[in-house]
Amino acid sequence: MRASVRALAGAVVTVPITLLGLALVTFLIGRVMPIDPVLAILGDRAPEEVIARTRIEMGLDRPLPIQFFRYITQLMHGDLGNSVMTSHPVTEDIAHFFPATIELATTAMLIAMLIGIPLGVFAAVRQGSRLDNVVRVFCLTGQSVPVFVLAMLSLLVFYARLGWAPGTGRADVVFQDMVPENTGLLTVDSMIAGDWDSFRDALAHLAQPAGVLAWFSIAYIARMTRAFMLDALSGEYIITARAKGLSAARIIWRHAFGNIAVRLVTVLALTYAGLLEGAVITETVFSWPGLGQYLTVSLLNADMNAVLGATLVVGLVYVVLNLLADMIYRMLDPRVR
Amino acid sequence: MLVEIKNLSIRFPTPQGESEAVRGVSLSLGQEKLGIVGESGSGKSLTARSILKLLPGNARISADRLAFDGTDVLAASEADMRAIRGRRAGLILQDPKYALNPVMTAGSQIAEAWRAHRPANARAGRKEAAEAAVDLLAQVQIRDPDRVAGAYPHELSGGMGQRVMIAMMLAPSPDLLIADEPTSALDATVQAEILRLVEDLVSSRGMGLILISHDLPLVSHVCDRVAVMYAGQVVEELPAHDLRHARHGYTRGLLECLPSLIHPQKRLQVLNRDPAWLDPIGARG
Repeated sequence: MRASVRALAGAVVTVPITLLGLALVTFLIGRVMPIDPVLAILGDRAPEEVIARTRIEMGLDRPLPIQFFRYITQLMHGDLGNSVMTSHPVTEDIAHFFPATIELATTAMLIAMLIGIPLGVFAAVRQGSRLDNVVRVFCLTGQSVPVFVLAMLSLLVFYARLGWAPGTGRADVVFQDMVPENTGLLTVDSMIAGDWDSFRDALAHLAQPAGVLAWFSIAYIARMTRAFMLDALSGEYIITARAKGLSAARIIWRHAFGNIAVRLVTVLALTYAGLLEGAVITETVFSWPGLGQYLTVSLLNADMNAVLGATLVVGLVYVVLNLLADMIYRMLDPRVR
Repeated sequence: MLVEIKNLSIRFPTPQGESEAVRGVSLSLGQEKLGIVGESGSGKSLTARSILKLLPGNARISADRLAFDGTDVLAASEADMRAIRGRRAGLILQDPKYALNPVMTAGSQIAEAWRAHRPANARAGRKEAAEAAVDLLAQVQIRDPDRVAGAYPHELSGGMGQRVMIAMMLAPSPDLLIADEPTSALDATVQAEILRLVEDLVSSRGMGLILISHDLPLVSHVCDRVAVMYAGQVVEELPAHDLRHARHGYTRGLLECLPSLIHPQKRLQVLNRDPAWLDPIGARG
């Protein structure tokens, strides 16, 4: 426990520095890109003097360091600027779109953990068996088939042909905006509201994109779990555990898995971060109104405030999850305490 | 007889065909102390581990008889073996640094062994098991058993770790202790302490002991009988106090290589391997 407190104290120093660096990079990318923010707002038919005035109003005539300083100052006040596209503050947009991504990524992550970890463990325990080979082929396809192919195939089969799954989006039209927004997670909100039809509809819409996202993560998690387990099972302490006459289940889960849990935490944290950020393609195919889609649309419309804001959020997610993994790591492994 | 081994053979598949690591070993053991000596790769560890059926997964094993206290080990199921492992026979490995689970405290690893084999113990509470572990640590003469029980293996010295290992293997009160080079990874001064501890515990509990080592004087000091292994065979078996009068060329060669403080030699002898060593004593005339 003391170790995690110390890790937290260290994070108080390192996290702001990391975020400042991230802000600088995103800011510079935004300024270096051959996109004129003024043009993006006013269009190319606006009169010269209006363009010039707007440029001064936006502070774009100032030197870059001063612009960056102003950007950071705004950031400190929780102001990411306004989105040109939605005309709302970017923070509001993100608060609206991010929960959809969290819902999708978390569901995918849960599925991936529940399937991927046992799959990897059993494949390692029965190394070279038929199960092991099946898992390896499954992992290989999961990792090598591009996610958009998988997503579209899934839509074709389960929605278009079999009709088992509902179409794209988060909810059917009749259920849209039916439950009051509390958490922004449609499944949770409908549960809170006690609207079970809405809940079933939300869950049905969630299943397909989450399943597609999960397959990719299952493959990664199972592959890493298998490799870690093979390593752990060859340890001397496994011979000790067997010599003690312990059951196979106890040897596998308490002794071998207990030793890989530490390394697995890092894999899981990075997978989750990747899901939160990398759902861009899946969100696009399934018209899932999440952060990934918001980012894509903003980018295509040269809506730089929105792009920078969303990028910062993704960066923040990475930093926070890494920090979390580090803290759990310290709790699980007595050697790094 | 606690252990009966007749014509044991252990083979491993290699790209060049099967390689035979243990070639027709026969040994038997009652409630006595048997030493097995031999160089690395002579098959002494494999022979001892075969009694517990704890061989690498690709090992192929056959024997005319391989029995532990009447139980045919070769025919025994995994469940039968689990009733023997730990409960009837314990195994102490060479280096506690690797042989103890790094993410479990010493106390919980001992408590686990204590719980594993007695239904009454398995029902016991967490606190009772922890107390039993501390008690066992005291039995292996650890001065501060409460602290050590809560320590992780990386926080223990080699000698301490080996005491934890011994306490763990004694927890279910087995009839046989197999010690696979229990002191090779320890400092010389600690080696003697650990061996004395093993010797005392084995004698006071009336257990059988198989001590695997490549240290001839040490084995002859601790054990009643010594089996000398070379290239997968037992080449000579003799009472420990007769070791000086060993007849086999390999044993003699080993003894001559030992430096002596009383009769120092200018140049230490080295082993000059002789193909005839592959024949056990009594095989020729």
